Amino acid sequence: MKRSKQLINEMKLTFPSLSENERFARIAVSGFLSQLDPCVDELSDIKTAVSEGVTNAIVHGYRGRIGNVLLQVKIFEGGYISIKIQDKGCGIENIEKAREPLFTTAPEDDRAGLGFSIMESFMENVKVRSQKDKGTTVILERRVRSRKQLL
Amino acid sequence: MGIVLKTDRGCTLAQIKGDLDHHSAKFLRSEIDRELTAKRPSRLVIDFSGVTFMDSSGIGLIMGRYKLMQDIGGDVIVASPPSYIKKVIRLAGIDRLARISDSLKNVLPKDFGSTFSEYAGEGEKADETVKAADK
Repeated sequence: MKRSKQLINEMKLTFPSLSENERFARIAVSGFLSQLDPCVDELSDIKTAVSEGVTNAIVHGYRGRIGNVLLQVKIFEGGYISIKIQDKGCGIENIEKAREPLFTTAPEDDRAGLGFSIMESFMENVKVRSQKDKGTTVILERRVRSRKQLL
Repeated sequence: MGIVLKTDRGCTLAQIKGDLDHHSAKFLRSEIDRELTAKRPSRLVIDFSGVTFMDSSGIGLIMGRYKLMQDIGGDVIVASPPSYIKKVIRLAGIDRLARISDSLKNVLPKDFGSTFSEYAGEGEKADETVKAADK
């Protein structure tokens, strides 16, 4: 059986589903991961994936009403990271459909329907759990190739 | 986050500064659409050189403006996107809708906004609108 990786550090924060907090969430994750000294490209990919997940929670999870968004980041040995984005909103009825490129429930708001495609492209693993009227949890995972290890 | 809009010689130049996400896209969209609806240019050039971050909200912004410019009868050019923005643009296949140009100068009409300091020269004064979001 594969040994689970040792947790090195973690952070957890909660904020209301205001669009102003999309930038805050990216900066918080970026600041926390700076201890790994990641490459600029990697950090940029992670920030983009986090922005998509948090925007989904705000736009599609809560749909205009204000609720809490939970953001949790864990750093494991070997530079593995896990980012959890959780809302207690309306949930996704059909996760498979929601993950299809260009599918959106808000086309009038110029939503491109690419949130999950970007998360999947920029992270190594994307897990989605959702229950109607209970909320959605997205877990983004990848390995960060720290510049510290390259030296 | 802010935007500078200039329209001259049938071309609107939208220069975006700062992060382009779902929060800022709402403001940028309304500013660009107001300019396009009023001036009805034959070309919209969106300058991304000052964009510090972009997620799929930026793709939605380009796609929406592409539709509006199609209605008006013009094209859209994405100018000077940094490498991290190019990555998102390619993933979304935006290069099939809008031309991507690494040079801003090459996609603007000759003598565009020639009275502006950054485009030194003689010419008709262009219309300039500078807007910044309240943050």
